Amino acid sequence: MELWFSESHTPNVKLSIRVDRQIYSGKSEFQRIDVFESPEFGRFLVLDGYMMLTEKDEFIYHEMITHVPMAVHPDVKDVLVIGAGDGGVLRELTQYPEIRHIDMVEIDPLVVEVCKKYLQKTACRLEDPRVSIHYEDGLKFVRSKKEEYDLIIVDSTDPFGPGEGLFTREFYGNCFKALREDGILVNQHESPYYTEDAIACQRTHKNIVQSFPISRVYQAHIPTYPSGHWLFGFASKKYHPLKNLDEIRWNMRGIATRYYTTTLHKGAFYIPAYVEELLKNVE
Amino acid sequence: MLSQERAPIYEALQEFEKKRVVPFDVPGHKRGRGNPELASLLGEKCVRMDVNSMKPLDNLCHPVSVIREAEELAAEAFGAAHAFLMVGGTTSAVQAMVLSAVKRGDKIILPRNVHRSVMGAMVLCGAIPVYVDPDSDKSLGIPLGMRLRDVEKAIRENPDAKAVLVNNPTYYGICSDICGITKLAHEHGMLCLADEAHGTHFYFNGRLPVTAMEAGADLAAVSMHKSGGSLTQSSLLLAGPNVSEGYVRQIINLTQTTSGSYLLLSSLDISRRNLALRGEEAFGRVMGLAEYARDEINAIGGYRAFGRELVNKDSVYDFDVTKLSVHTLDIGLAGIEVYDLLRDEYDIQIEFGDLGNILAYLSIGDRPRDVERLVGALSEIRRRYQKSKAGLMRQEYIEPQVAVSPQEAFYADKEMLPIDETKGRICSEFVMCYPPGIPILAPGEKITGQILAYIKYAKEKGCSMTGPEDPDIENLNVLK
Repeated sequence: MELWFSESHTPNVKLSIRVDRQIYSGKSEFQRIDVFESPEFGRFLVLDGYMMLTEKDEFIYHEMITHVPMAVHPDVKDVLVIGAGDGGVLRELTQYPEIRHIDMVEIDPLVVEVCKKYLQKTACRLEDPRVSIHYEDGLKFVRSKKEEYDLIIVDSTDPFGPGEGLFTREFYGNCFKALREDGILVNQHESPYYTEDAIACQRTHKNIVQSFPISRVYQAHIPTYPSGHWLFGFASKKYHPLKNLDEIRWNMRGIATRYYTTTLHKGAFYIPAYVEELLKNVE
Repeated sequence: MLSQERAPIYEALQEFEKKRVVPFDVPGHKRGRGNPELASLLGEKCVRMDVNSMKPLDNLCHPVSVIREAEELAAEAFGAAHAFLMVGGTTSAVQAMVLSAVKRGDKIILPRNVHRSVMGAMVLCGAIPVYVDPDSDKSLGIPLGMRLRDVEKAIRENPDAKAVLVNNPTYYGICSDICGITKLAHEHGMLCLADEAHGTHFYFNGRLPVTAMEAGADLAAVSMHKSGGSLTQSSLLLAGPNVSEGYVRQIINLTQTTSGSYLLLSSLDISRRNLALRGEEAFGRVMGLAEYARDEINAIGGYRAFGRELVNKDSVYDFDVTKLSVHTLDIGLAGIEVYDLLRDEYDIQIEFGDLGNILAYLSIGDRPRDVERLVGALSEIRRRYQKSKAGLMRQEYIEPQVAVSPQEAFYADKEMLPIDETKGRICSEFVMCYPPGIPILAPGEKITGQILAYIKYAKEKGCSMTGPEDPDIENLNVLK
């Protein structure tokens, strides 16, 4: 029997993963949710047909979206995480004892429930006493907040679908307002490679540049995401992602990682020429 | 009688498509083959449906089969005696309505803030307008509705008038007492006409204001393409039991195309079915969404998203809660500035902005997440662009003096004079002032000293004035 999961990365390109079995399939108010078991990538989560994470390569994404800002900001006390129903960002964040409180805002309760049940690898720290989970629209949640957070992590789905409000200028502006005077915003920034993704990536960058004084982009290699080349946005009111990187302090913590190192941190901000040009056009 | 689950025009089109008929008739694009760029823009299916009147598809000018059935179903759905499918926009429905009710020299009583299509109808038929002061909200700078006592006064002073026209509701969602006005008109042997361009949804949710047909009005122009969900330019004209269907059809056929678009006709048919089957629930959702947006916008601070609190059972007899209007002057920005910022900075297009307000049009296609974007963007606009509050000009209602009919003024010989020399002359053009968007002068009206003083005052206040040929309003066209 041949059973494959396929996702179109463009109308002309697709990625297929052989599947052992389907573990879960359901539909929430917002989206269709599936979990599959595969020989190559372990279990993987799919929303509306789009691959969100696999057990095998999720560490790259979650380490890069979390440790980069944590190695820059000297004193993170309050964190807002938007999206992230799979729990991967929380797993990384809860390794920092100085963090006092984490608000996680996920629109879809079913995603959290499904991940708790079937993806324990990421959804393992949702019960941490510092975490409050809010099931509502991220754009709405952040609207009423004012100078309350040191770090905002936007772990959204793609800019088409329920997550589209998290790529807009009004959202980034609201985040700016919700951050303290030295706050940092990190977001998943899509891929710069395929044409349509590149346009979304560029638009996102434009919206962030217009909202924050410091706005840089860094990259990682994530095998199951379209083109494998993925970007993250680092937007900040005060700290520079390289000049304010405190390597010794972070390395003294002894946090075990498999992708992130403080050396890679520096390298991740050196992006290909074509991506630099794509972004410079809207700066 | 067919059930509301049917859509006769849509069904006939589907049947017709299956037959693969060879076209040696118009339209000349022949199912899109002759115009591949158009076919690729609109889609193969769409251009295949762009066909001409023929036996299986009926004829809009003299409907006897599927169009007739669709009209009967529409009449039933809207509680009307007859319904006419219209393809020339609600402008054509409004004009057919006015032309059916009045002819040359007849008087028609109407609020001063009627849509321009009504003025056009008067130019066409030669009727004489009798205007009623629509009152205005001084703090918001918007026109309201006609008070019953003002209509009564107009009827008393013009017992020979043939009809009364009511906006149900206005662009801003303001309703007059249409039941009271209809009753009054009928007691005096006059017809009651309703411009329901912004009120299609009233027919499909019991919690919305009363409809013209329920109120017993004789004719109503209903913009199906606005809140009803049909294609742009498709519309309905509804008639009550005391109006001759045949005469109205004759009037419509004076100006209506003989090549009615089946894209528009089928969109009316499908939308009517959708509203009849699912309208109550769909508009319940729209109302909920609008109320939610109002609460959230009011919670931002500075903005005033107004709603039912305006209702005074007089010039605001009722309010359409699906209209999301927001007064913006208290954050120091004109409505038009917020309108531009929303589009240019946030990629959000709203219906309009005037001096003091914006209006976001909510309908059956809206999603909660889009409303979150609008609210989020308004909150950002306040944070980033707030200024100190600007003053709003006050406009007092100036009773117009209609000297000749709009038709006579339109066709008369004219001359352009410096504005100061026009006192006592008859104006041949419109002078509009925003806010509140009520004409100061309309064609055929006498220019008085009071009006000239007001125009000067409004210009000094930096009001936006439109209408005349000379955009600076240094000169006005008057009758020779």
